[in-house]
Amino acid sequence: MHTFRMVSRSALVLGSLVGIVIFAGGAKPVANLQPKLTTLRNVAAEGQGHRAATQAWSDLTVEARADQLPEILAALDGAGPLAANWIRAAVDAVAEREVEQGGTLPLGELEKFLAQKDHDQRARRLAYEWIARGDSTAPDRLIPEMLDDPSLEMRREAVARVLLSAEKAAADKKTEAALAAYQQALVAARDVDQVLATAEALKKLEHPVDLARYFGFLMDWKLVGPFDNRGGKGFAVSYPPEENLDLTTKYRGADGEVGWVTHHTDNEFGFVDVNQALGKHKGAASYAVAEFLSDRAGPVEIRLGTENANKIWLNDKLLASTDVYHNNIAMDQYVGRGELRSGRNVILLKICQNEQTEDWAQDWKFQCRVCDTSGKAILSTDRPVTGTAERATADASQPAAKTTQE
Amino acid sequence: MSRIVNFSLTFVILAAAMLRLAPAIGAADWPQFRGSNSNSVTTDPQPPATWSETENVAWKADLPGRGPSSPIVVGDRVIVTCSSGVKQDRLHVLCFAAATGKRLWERQFWATGRTLTHASSANAAPTPASDGKLLFAFYSSNDLICLDLDGNLKWLRGLAYDFPRTGNDVGMSSSPVVLGDVAIAQVESQGNAFAVGVDKLTGETRWQIPRPRVPGWSSPIIMHTDNPPRDVVLLQSPSQLTAHDPATGKELWAYQVACDAICSAVSEGGVVYVPSKGMTALRPNSTDKPDVVWNAAGVQPGAASVVCDKGRLFLINRTGVLTCASATDGQVLSRVRLQGEFWGTPALVGDRLYCMAQDGACQVVEVSSDGRKADVIGKSQLDSPLQSSPAVSSGALYVRSDHRLWKIAAP
Repeated sequence: MHTFRMVSRSALVLGSLVGIVIFAGGAKPVANLQPKLTTLRNVAAEGQGHRAATQAWSDLTVEARADQLPEILAALDGAGPLAANWIRAAVDAVAEREVEQGGTLPLGELEKFLAQKDHDQRARRLAYEWIARGDSTAPDRLIPEMLDDPSLEMRREAVARVLLSAEKAAADKKTEAALAAYQQALVAARDVDQVLATAEALKKLEHPVDLARYFGFLMDWKLVGPFDNRGGKGFAVSYPPEENLDLTTKYRGADGEVGWVTHHTDNEFGFVDVNQALGKHKGAASYAVAEFLSDRAGPVEIRLGTENANKIWLNDKLLASTDVYHNNIAMDQYVGRGELRSGRNVILLKICQNEQTEDWAQDWKFQCRVCDTSGKAILSTDRPVTGTAERATADASQPAAKTTQE
Repeated sequence: MSRIVNFSLTFVILAAAMLRLAPAIGAADWPQFRGSNSNSVTTDPQPPATWSETENVAWKADLPGRGPSSPIVVGDRVIVTCSSGVKQDRLHVLCFAAATGKRLWERQFWATGRTLTHASSANAAPTPASDGKLLFAFYSSNDLICLDLDGNLKWLRGLAYDFPRTGNDVGMSSSPVVLGDVAIAQVESQGNAFAVGVDKLTGETRWQIPRPRVPGWSSPIIMHTDNPPRDVVLLQSPSQLTAHDPATGKELWAYQVACDAICSAVSEGGVVYVPSKGMTALRPNSTDKPDVVWNAAGVQPGAASVVCDKGRLFLINRTGVLTCASATDGQVLSRVRLQGEFWGTPALVGDRLYCMAQDGACQVVEVSSDGRKADVIGKSQLDSPLQSSPAVSSGALYVRSDHRLWKIAAP
C-alpha cells in the first residue's frame, strides 16, 4: 500500500512535470520534430522525396512551437542545398506565425544559437534576422563583434559599420582614426565591393592598396598555344600539357610548333590577356601554368574569372570544367576546390577561345587567384611584398584560422 | 424515390463536372507573364492614363530585393519575386493584398544554381506563374519553387542542381507557364539546355526534352488550336520555334528558322506571330511543319515581346518606336515614337496600350480599332530601372520597378 502510494505520488509528480514541459509556453504540446526534419533533409535531386517532404513540411509548421526554432535551425547543419530550403521555409513559417499571433520568439535561445559559430552559417544568419525583428537593440549589440565572423553576411554588416565610422572620421579630418578604421575594414572585408570602396578611400589618404596582392591574383604565368579548338572540339581534347606537363618541351600546335611563353601581368586585377601573350587566334585552346609555394597543406580555392571555356587543375587534379563562351565575366566566376600541398604546387588552366566574330566575343583573357573558402587570399610564400598599406594587406593574406563558405 | 436519387446523382455529376471544368483562374486574374493568354491583353476596365505621387496611386510597397520579374495577380492577391544579397543568391516570393498593399506573407530561399547576371538584370528575372491555387516562382538560378497562395511550400526544384552545367552568367529570364497538371520551364544555356514539364502537385518531372545549347531568354507561350481543340505550349529558341503537347512534351510541329532570342512570340486565332526575320506569321496544319502565312522583314521588335489583339500586332523596337502592324499581312498600320528603351512588354486594355520604359517613363497610347491611329495620351514617371511588364486586373495596373511595386488605379 505504502509502495503504491509512493508510486502513485511519483507518477503524479512525473505526470505534472511532463504536463508542465508539454504545455510550457502555451497550449500546444511539444512535438517530436526530428522525424519530419529527417524527411526534409532527405529530399534529393529531381523531386526525390518531395511527396513525403510536402506532408512533413505541412505537419512540422503546424505542430512546431516557436521555442523549437533553434532545433529546426540546427537541422540546417550539414543539410544539402535543396533540403536547406525546405528547412529555412519552415523556420520562417513557424516564426512568422508566432509573430502574427502576438506570441514571442525565443530570442535568448536564438542568440545562443547565433553565438555557436560551428552551426551552418546561413542558419546563424537566419537566426540573427529573426532576433533583429524581435529586438531592435540586436544590431547594435551583436554586429560590431562580428568583424571576423565566419558568416560572410554577418561580417559584411560589421565591415559596413567600420566603414561608416571611417568615413565619419575622414569627414571630421581625423586622419589617423580614419586610416585605422579603413585598415581594420580592409582586413575583415571579403566582399569585393567593400574591398574596392575601402581601397579607394585609403588611396585618397595616400595609403594605396596593392589589390592584386590583397586578392591573391597570380601574376606570373607560363602560357602555351594555340592548339586546335575549331568547332569547340579542342575543349575536350587532352593536349600534351594536360598529359605530361613539361615547361621545357615544345608541342605541335594548331599552326605549327609552340613553346611555353613567360608572361607577367601588372594588371591590378591580375588579368592575363592571352591575345597579347600568344597572339590573336580564333578556335584556339591555350594553357597557362603558375607555380605556387605553400608552407602548409590544406583546403584551397582556385578562383577564375573569364569569358572563355576553361578548365582548372591543381597538382594534376581537375577541379573545374566549364564549356561556355562569352557569357559575362566576373571575379571568382568559377571556383575549383582542392588541396594545397606543403611545398610546390602547380596550377594549370586551359583557356579556350571560340570562333564568334562579334566585337564582344574577341576577349581571350582570364584572372586567377588563390584563396581560402571565405575568399581571403592565400599567397605563395615566395611572393614579394610590394606597395603600401602593407600591414593590412599582409595580415589579410594570411590563411584564416577558421573560415566557412556560405 | 428513384427519380429523386437520379436527379440528385445527375446534379452531383453535373456539379462535379462544372467544378472540374471551372478554371481556378478568375477572369480578372493576370496569372503569368503577359497574362492569361500570353498576349498581354485584357478586357478588364481601363486603369487611368496618368498618375503621379498624389493621383491615382492606390498604394506602393518597397521590395526587399531586385528583379526585372513582373507581378502577377491571382484573386485578391498580388505576387512578386525578387532577389537580394551580394551574390543575388537570396530568393524572395512576396504576396500583397491587392486592395490595400498589405504584405500578407514572404518566403525566402537560397539559390542552388548560378546567380551571376549582367548588372542590369537580377536573379529574379522570370515572372512567376499560377494556376489560381498554386504559385510557381522561377529564377535565373533555375530554382523552381511551388507555394500555395498562403505561402505554404509545396515543393522546390533546383534545376541547375538536378542538371549540372545549367546556367548563363548574363542571366536567364524565361518565365514558366502552367498548363493542365504541368508547370513548364524552358532552360536554355550553353552548358545545358532543356525544357521540363513538372507535375504541379508533386514537383516530379513528367517530361524533359533537350533544347538547343545556346543562350535563350524568351518564354514559353500557350496557344489554343481549334483543330483539334487543345492547348499546346510553344517553345522559342534562337534557332527554332516548336509546339509541344503540355502533358507529354511530345513535339507536335517545328519551325526551324532563326528566331529572336529574347522577344517572345504571340498567338491569336490559330496563328502564331514569331519574331523571326522581322515578324513571321505561322499557321499550324496537320503536318509537322507549319505554313508560313506571311513574313514582314521591316517589322522588327526589340526586347519587349509582341502584343496581339483583334488582328493588330503591337511591337516596340530597340529605339522605342511602337509599331502597329496588321496581323493579316504584316503591313505597318501606324507608328509612334515613345520615350526610352523598353524591356517590359506593354499591356493592352481596351484601346489603351500601357508602355513602361526602362527609365521609368510610363506612356499610355490610345490605338484605334483599325490600328491606323496611335497617340500618346498620358505620360507618367515611376522609378527606374523598370524592366518588368505591367499586370492588369479589375481596372488597376500593377507595376514593378527594381525595388518597388505600385498599384495604379483611380480612387
